[in-house]
Amino acid sequence: MPLLEAKHITHRFDGLCAVDDFNFTLAPHELVGIIGPNGAGKTTLFNLITGVYRATEGTIQFSGKEIVGQTPHQINKLGIARTFQNIRLFKELTVLDNVRIAYYGKIIYSPLEALLHIGRFRAEEKRIAGMAMELLIIFKLDDLANVAAGSLPYGLQRKLEIARALATEPKLLLLDEPAAGMNPNEIISLMEFIGWIRKTFSVTIILIEHQMRLVMGICERLVVLDFGATIAEGLPAQIQNNPKVMEAYLGEEVKI
Amino acid sequence: MIYIFQQLLNALQLGSIYALIALGYTMVYGILAMINFAHGDLFMIGAFFCFLIAVYLHLSFVPTLLLSMLGVACLGVLIERLAYKPLRNAPRVSAIITALGVGLFLENFTLALSPYPQHIPELITNTTWNFGSLSISSLQIIVIVLSLVLMLVLDFIVHRTKTGIAMRAISWDKTIVPLMGVPVNKIISLTFAIGTGLGGAAGVMYGLAYPVIDPYMGIMIGWKAFICAVVGGIGNVRGAMIGGFILATVEIMVAAFFPSTYRDFVAFSLLLVLLIVRPYGILGKPQPQKV
Amino acid sequence: MDKFTTTYSQLLTRWHTLTAHRFFWPVFILAGLLFSIAAARLEILDQYVQLILIYVGINIILTVSLNLINGYMGEFSVGHAGFMAIGAYIASILTVSVFPQASVNFLFPVAILTGGIGAALIGFLVAIPSFKTRGDYLAIVTLAFGMIVKSCLENIDAVGGPRGFLGMDKLTTLPWVFFWTVLSVWVIRNLVYSKFGRGVLSIREDEIAASLMSVNTRQVKIIAFVVSSFFAGIAGGLFAHALQFINPRMFDILKSTDILIMVYLGGIASIAGSILGAIIYTILLEILRPMGVWRMVLMPLMLVLLMIYRPRGIMGLREAKMFVPLRDLILVKILRQKKKEATDASA
Repeated sequence: MPLLEAKHITHRFDGLCAVDDFNFTLAPHELVGIIGPNGAGKTTLFNLITGVYRATEGTIQFSGKEIVGQTPHQINKLGIARTFQNIRLFKELTVLDNVRIAYYGKIIYSPLEALLHIGRFRAEEKRIAGMAMELLIIFKLDDLANVAAGSLPYGLQRKLEIARALATEPKLLLLDEPAAGMNPNEIISLMEFIGWIRKTFSVTIILIEHQMRLVMGICERLVVLDFGATIAEGLPAQIQNNPKVMEAYLGEEVKI
Repeated sequence: MIYIFQQLLNALQLGSIYALIALGYTMVYGILAMINFAHGDLFMIGAFFCFLIAVYLHLSFVPTLLLSMLGVACLGVLIERLAYKPLRNAPRVSAIITALGVGLFLENFTLALSPYPQHIPELITNTTWNFGSLSISSLQIIVIVLSLVLMLVLDFIVHRTKTGIAMRAISWDKTIVPLMGVPVNKIISLTFAIGTGLGGAAGVMYGLAYPVIDPYMGIMIGWKAFICAVVGGIGNVRGAMIGGFILATVEIMVAAFFPSTYRDFVAFSLLLVLLIVRPYGILGKPQPQKV
Repeated sequence: MDKFTTTYSQLLTRWHTLTAHRFFWPVFILAGLLFSIAAARLEILDQYVQLILIYVGINIILTVSLNLINGYMGEFSVGHAGFMAIGAYIASILTVSVFPQASVNFLFPVAILTGGIGAALIGFLVAIPSFKTRGDYLAIVTLAFGMIVKSCLENIDAVGGPRGFLGMDKLTTLPWVFFWTVLSVWVIRNLVYSKFGRGVLSIREDEIAASLMSVNTRQVKIIAFVVSSFFAGIAGGLFAHALQFINPRMFDILKSTDILIMVYLGGIASIAGSILGAIIYTILLEILRPMGVWRMVLMPLMLVLLMIYRPRGIMGLREAKMFVPLRDLILVKILRQKKKEATDASA
């Protein structure tokens, strides 16, 4: 059974067709890249999958369950987590709290137990604090646990955002331009990092990226979007020489 | 039928005043994304300026109106410079609380100087024309026509002049526009001057229509005008005008057909319903969430 | 001068070490309760001082509970006085008309509690529009809510309409106020340091990101509004039985503004700040009473100056250590230790 199966997804904003009849199947443990020029509808696709927007038409099934129409936190509970193109951490909260918030769905106690600090409260808080700390140790962010997330350097903010997403224990991780603003050296270490995450947390990953070096280096399969529609799909090497893709990026060849 | 028409005429008068105040809220909001909660009190100051000028300087209607507008506009600019400008980069809510503080200051300062309600003398000889059982007073006509003229002038300024373009540009983007050579501080001051000046004009007209004025008169009317601005779609100049007329019509009609104590209840309930149906106001557009 | 500052800093360190021990709390609360009973019974404090302390307590409840919405959640609610009114009227009707006169003293906490529950139910309704609208539009919803409560009360003749409602006994005593104040501070502090509290904070920071990180934002909003309005209702009941007279105008927008000022004076998202804000504002208003009308000119001026020089209020976004649960305080220590153990084990 495919992990994620999207059929005929179409999404319109005020008549503008951001995603047009998108079809996609994802097997467990794949690492797929989505590329395409600016405004091709890549981030919109992530928003549709995670429930930020509701698809105008089409169905998305995750592990056999329909997720169109579910709220973001329900979809997250099923096992989809993401990061954002323009890092969206809880900036004024500590690094630790950023991660602890992502355990919201994993903590089991009632509001009354929370208000009076009784019952399962103490045990659960202890358990979650431990889990959060372990995650921070894995990501080598533990020394910064008490620092406000917004004051971290850019690279660490990216890292924390991925840690936060992994705290929700996803089966599928969506990374929205993780290499944005990185130099070539940083991109190489990011490639290793993503591979490591995939192995350590055994997650399936979809990646939106502009950095060809990154995409070509780690993705097993690529999907190319332009004007909301898939124009090519296949192995990185195949995509590289696809005339349609070149056209989308560089414009049509002019015959003189 | 004629009764309804008469009430509509009253609604038009009240609505003009609401709309003039709502414009001040909307303009400041549009440009600074800040709710100037002191605006209702500047409206009250307008009425008190009118009182002072009429009683102590014995001027006639037109100079009284102009001087009051000028006075309130200066006060508005002064408040912006002293109290709001230092907070332009502070959390938004600090600016709102500051505005609440400025409002309380204006109310209580006026109260300290004039503990009793004042009576504005009659500046225009009020004649009433009767058409059957429908009566129109010259005051009503002046309020409605003058408000309309002021609103048309404002609409012209905002949509047709270079200053107006600058205002709309600043409301669109506060980081890039200054780099294009738009004098932001000047435009913001001008916006405050125009917005509060209109509030002052509303104060004068309200004072003429309902001559007993007190320092707390601005609170309720200010909040209601703010609601008009929201109903129309805050930040939208034409929306503020529509909102003003809608609220006034609802209020007057409720008072005409039910006990008048139900007025606020019905008006605010309708507002809630409207906001649930159209969460961004009548002419407002939902800001697309960028994710 | 130098001597003074050293003594002051010594006192401060003493206070910090004292409050770092968690038995400080039960002892402090017990002592406070005993003192408040003694003050009321043995008349250690005169009636006027007692009344001011009662107002301080009520204002602390109001400020801490409003801070939950305006500070921690980052919304701008201007209808807190409306919830207060509901609590005040329900509790007053119960003690005056429903409960038998003989057992009123005994049933007073029930009346207060019922007022709080009534306000909480309405708070639940107000939470619903907050699902869709935010910021200024939610401010309007709460504003309209406050106005609707006031104008409803003015139209119900059974509770005196605009003339108001009276006949309550002076049941709000210093020990009761102390009890309810401690309870509200404790419960709200507990909420803040739970998963729901962190959910509330995440809504302030970034609601969309929060919902994508498994936070059930609707549930969190409902809990925050219900708890906040519950304690506003409690404060209303206490207020009504301290003043022994209420009318709808007492709970209008000016009252809400008062509470807002205390919240932002003390600082958003801080329990210690809210307590400070309520104490400073209430007592300052009393001290300045001889100034008459001019104190109401001076107070807003001070608020504006405070906002300009300290836009986040006295304690904005900071919390006194004594309110932070021990676990959160020592978490980092535990963390380091674990890391050390891990490296030792590998070595």
